[in-house]
Amino acid sequence: MTATVQTGPVQVTGEVLSVKKAGAYQHLTMVAPGIAERFRPGTFVTVAVGGPLSSTTLRRSLPVHRVRPTGAYGGTVECVFAVDDAATAWLAAAPAGTPLDVVGPLGRPYALPKEPVTCVLVGDGCASAPLFPLAERLRERSCVVHMLLGATTESALFGALEARRATRGVVVTTADGSVGMRGRVVDALPDLLTRVQADVVYAAGPHDVLHGVARAAEAHGAWSQTAIDVPDGCGTGLCLGCVLPVVGEDGVTRMVRACAEGPVFRGDRVRWDDLGTVPADARGAS
Amino acid sequence: MTDVDLSTDLAGLAMPSPVMTAAGCGGRELAAYTDLSALGALVTRTVTLDTRAGSPPPRVVETPSGVVSAVGLQNPGLQGFLTTDLPWFAQRKVRTVVSVSAGSLAEYGELARRLATAPGVDAVEVHLEVSDAHQTGKAVHVVRRDLPHGMPVLAKLAAGGDVASLARAAVDNGADAVVVTQGFPALVIDPVTLRPALGAGPGLLTGPAVHALALRCVWDVHEALPHVPVVGAGGIRTGFDALAMLLAGATAVQLGSVLLRDPSAADRVTRELTDELASRDLKSAADAVGLAHQQPDGSSR
Repeated sequence: MTATVQTGPVQVTGEVLSVKKAGAYQHLTMVAPGIAERFRPGTFVTVAVGGPLSSTTLRRSLPVHRVRPTGAYGGTVECVFAVDDAATAWLAAAPAGTPLDVVGPLGRPYALPKEPVTCVLVGDGCASAPLFPLAERLRERSCVVHMLLGATTESALFGALEARRATRGVVVTTADGSVGMRGRVVDALPDLLTRVQADVVYAAGPHDVLHGVARAAEAHGAWSQTAIDVPDGCGTGLCLGCVLPVVGEDGVTRMVRACAEGPVFRGDRVRWDDLGTVPADARGAS
Repeated sequence: MTDVDLSTDLAGLAMPSPVMTAAGCGGRELAAYTDLSALGALVTRTVTLDTRAGSPPPRVVETPSGVVSAVGLQNPGLQGFLTTDLPWFAQRKVRTVVSVSAGSLAEYGELARRLATAPGVDAVEVHLEVSDAHQTGKAVHVVRRDLPHGMPVLAKLAAGGDVASLARAAVDNGADAVVVTQGFPALVIDPVTLRPALGAGPGLLTGPAVHALALRCVWDVHEALPHVPVVGAGGIRTGFDALAMLLAGATAVQLGSVLLRDPSAADRVTRELTDELASRDLKSAADAVGLAHQQPDGSSR
């Protein structure tokens, strides 16, 4: 083993190994050498969809569910996504062997605690996919890991079985009550934080869920690490398309990129109520 | 195949290749994917005198074969640029064209005066948003006046108007070359909100959708002003797209939205351009410039 730490993203021409249905979602496994070695939980990859003649200009960002540095096919990367537009439909229908331009890992990972603390991992729908490699790293550090998974209904839940193997305890919520508690993850979170005496909350999901998580964590006195869903764009930080207002350590609000300065932010640093705007007190606001 | 000469003289700026990056689509972010010092030149994100937070999101929306965007010139301001990005480029020997924009002539002058003494500036590109010959001329004049004589001034012209008259106004006021063109005025409606999809409302269309439009602009400017160096920008994806710009009259080309899809596109386009030239027995990029305007041999037209 060499001691060299490989960092930074790489662009590789990989290929689709398989796309399997996972409940309401698609589980994509791609061969993408070089990415697994550099991966840290919370970072993501982007893919160019539609092949070389595609009229699609922007890349699609995919949170990473699992990586395998070596194997029969070389390094692989697994992602879970929902089909919600023509691009994701193309990806879901891509036959094994389809060449795929992959860039990653991108962005800043979840910050890991130095001490063996108690952690609650909160995911909504398939956004919970990247929490599983995180749970693994936390357990390696002797952290106690609990998971809170939510969805609209049972079939939209991702990873509940795997979560039981990977964590100390799992709480499930569905909006329609088809399985677990009726309600949303943010409804169940305050009680869970108190019950397990959580020190850190890690979350992935839509903005309103992340906002609720950040608020509950703050009320409980825990740190929160929230991963923003990176919108379609370049993924490298070039296009400045994915900005959001975040308060820096100097107390100044800046418009920062979800793809480059994120996707993981401290929950208490993001100005959740001001998403979609440039706040008047942001640096450089006119 | 490899003895094609790509070296390009853009109004005195010596470049190893005619392939540049366009303002806002080339920066330190690309260094992980491409050798920035091998580019013809890198055009920086547009710099303004003061820090700009930019437009509210969404800022970039995909359309068929393109993107409509309105970033609002988010940038750290001239001081931030001079202390962070510029030395970083200079240290890595990246030929650097600084794109500037200002709200007044006084600000353009201030930008030019401070860039004139900054180490590592190879040329200045004036980012022009309004399709108005008078305003184009005035902005270029002020920037040219306060820069050293040897430093090329590029005027990046607004799209959607009479590009040849804008080019003439820029050149009459001291521009050494014109960049043709900015994105085209455009709009996208959001299917849910039934309002403009971009936070800023209207935006500019770029990408392959505008390539043929930009090619026409290059053609028109070269026809009207055959001795003015033109930089072709708009929807270039392949080596042939770049060659087409040269044939229409461009001395160099800028890559924009293709770098969003493929961060190593500059390497690929440069390689493909070499092959496109070689396969047509063209010995150099310079040999291709304006060739489409010539009558074919033996033509009796």
